[in-house]
Amino acid sequence: MLEFKNISKSFDGPEGKVIALKDVSLSVSPGELLAVRGPSGCGKTTLLLTAGGLLRPDGGQVSLNGQDPYGLNPDERSKLRARMIGFVFQQFHLIPYLTVRQNILAPSLALPVKEVDERAEELISHFGLDSRAGHVPAQLSTGERQRTALARALLNRPKVILADEPTGNLDEANADIIFSYFSQYVADGGCVLLVTHDVRAAAHATRTLQMVEGQIVQYG
Amino acid sequence: MKIWQILVKEILHRWRQFALGLFAVIVAVGSLTGALTSLKVHDLHTQKILTEKEEETNKKMAILEDEMRKATLKLSFNLLILPKQQSIRDLHLKGYPSEYMPEEYVTRLANSGIISVRHFLPSLQQRIKWPEKRRTITLVGTRGEVPNLHKNPRQPLVQPVPPGTIVLGYGLHQSLGLKVGDKVKLLGREFAVHECYEERGSVDDFTAWIHLREAQELLSKEGLINAILALECLCPGVEDLLGNIRKEIEQILPGTQVIEKGTKALARAEARIRVGQEAKAAVERERQHRAEMRSEREFFAAVLVPLVMVACAVWVGLVGFNNVRDRKAEIGIQRAMGFRARQIMFLFLSKSLIMGLLGGALGIFAGLGFGRWLALEGDIEGIAAGELFNPGLFLLALITAPVLTVISGWLPAMVATRQDPAEVLREE
Ligand SMILES: Nc1ncnc2c1ncn2[C@@H]1O[C@H](COP(=O)(O)OP(=O)(O)O)[C@@H](O)[C@H]1O
Ligand SMILES: [Mg+2]
Repeated sequence: MLEFKNISKSFDGPEGKVIALKDVSLSVSPGELLAVRGPSGCGKTTLLLTAGGLLRPDGGQVSLNGQDPYGLNPDERSKLRARMIGFVFQQFHLIPYLTVRQNILAPSLALPVKEVDERAEELISHFGLDSRAGHVPAQLSTGERQRTALARALLNRPKVILADEPTGNLDEANADIIFSYFSQYVADGGCVLLVTHDVRAAAHATRTLQMVEGQIVQYG
Repeated sequence: MKIWQILVKEILHRWRQFALGLFAVIVAVGSLTGALTSLKVHDLHTQKILTEKEEETNKKMAILEDEMRKATLKLSFNLLILPKQQSIRDLHLKGYPSEYMPEEYVTRLANSGIISVRHFLPSLQQRIKWPEKRRTITLVGTRGEVPNLHKNPRQPLVQPVPPGTIVLGYGLHQSLGLKVGDKVKLLGREFAVHECYEERGSVDDFTAWIHLREAQELLSKEGLINAILALECLCPGVEDLLGNIRKEIEQILPGTQVIEKGTKALARAEARIRVGQEAKAAVERERQHRAEMRSEREFFAAVLVPLVMVACAVWVGLVGFNNVRDRKAEIGIQRAMGFRARQIMFLFLSKSLIMGLLGGALGIFAGLGFGRWLALEGDIEGIAAGELFNPGLFLLALITAPVLTVISGWLPAMVATRQDPAEVLREE
């Protein structure tokens, strides 16, 4: 489903070139939750954004459902993202002036979703947000915010979830809710690429990779 | 979920920022419509002032004309129409005409359509001995006015002397000790004194006036007169006035001659024309003054308004950049969700458009008030706000303002679409 072949990416920092990804190759198949673990600054976020078609690599090939997102024009790349991918971030990135329901519905503006209102209500009740559907993010707890973000990522029934430290701001109980949903999603045939420095993640992953200074160092 | 919901919610969420932008649009549109409105107010004022001035002038002229009429009347006549055979030398030597023409001439003249003469006074005059009082007087038979039928019928200029009455000059009633109502005999006929004139210092002081018919009978000159006084012979602006009237009259009454009387009247008529011209020049000077004021205001508007508009456009642009900066995370996540650049552009430009339309509409009303204030000249109450409202201006503002905001919002919107989503999404 998602494949990296010899991906490299470097940035121009104030003290010369910073290598963020160095010859990274990996693949995530349907039914798989791949956790990439590593210390801060090792290139995890770079890896995730590259996978999501938001950051063009310097070298190597990305394949998403058989398509290279960087071989498409910007509009098609956006469409591919809207159709295939759900993002979850540590910072939630909810739109502050929209209600929970509207945030969850927002992706349907990028690409129409079938029976979108039913789908949204289903996700709202699944994540226990019924009493919160009309609230704006500032009125929510962090756990509710992340559940809202996850529900939003799932609206278009994506084939791939890209999650960047999704539990970084959450307590144990809320982290467990997220992880257990990932497990269920994977069991239903989805695939998740999870990047984190959280050791707990390993317990929910079907496979774990270790990353150091832009390189995959340990295949698990 | 519709995209306009995002638009509206975002505006409400960051309403202070929106209000700042809106304010700039109101200022821009307000200064534009304000400047145009102040010119309109100025024009209305100018019109009012000039109309008042003109009315005042016309009123003054009317009073002047009335006075002239009376003055001309006191001089008795302007032109004298005499039988052709009348020697002018004789006339001046004797002081009265001695040749005769049919009374019917007056009617003919009145019906002829001559327009340069307003009033005709037929008269029969003769120097006679007043046998009963043993003195020489000038006896004048007069019929009062024969109005020119082709002119507006006016009130009679001359009090006609009613039959059976007599009007006496100053020298006569003084020396004879007569007063109004007294009976006096003349050539064997009894007359009641109808009026005693004030002193005039002329031959009039030794003149007696009776009705024309009775004069004709007493002097045995039935159906005859020897002069027609043509009063208010005037048509301003025509050169050689006298020559023209003379020609005209001599054509209608071939057996007559026309001489000028009362040059003083003509001089006054000329003075009247001069006063009229002077009054017109005063109105013209006022008009010029107002035009100068207007061009000053135009200059002010032409320089200041574009400056304000440019400043406001820059301000709207800055507010736009501020908005883009505040929405960095939002744009990033929207891109991650698969929003296309065009949709991001739409969100920002629509906001600019709404700001422009709303600011334009509000700016017009601000401008109307501002314009009235700019053009304040005392009695502004004379001009209603409704009188200033102009659909064309409304349309202009409603088009100008959104064009302005969309242009100003273009660059920030471009920046928003070009923004790298990775930059904000990477933040921890
Ligand atoms: N835009 C950028 N410019 C310069 N350096 C960057 C940029 N983005 C990331 N980096 C660097 O690349 C390395 C990897 O960053 P990142 O992928 O965010 O690490 P992680 O998510 O594992 O903490 C870091 O050293 C970071 O400083
Ligand atoms: Mg990171």
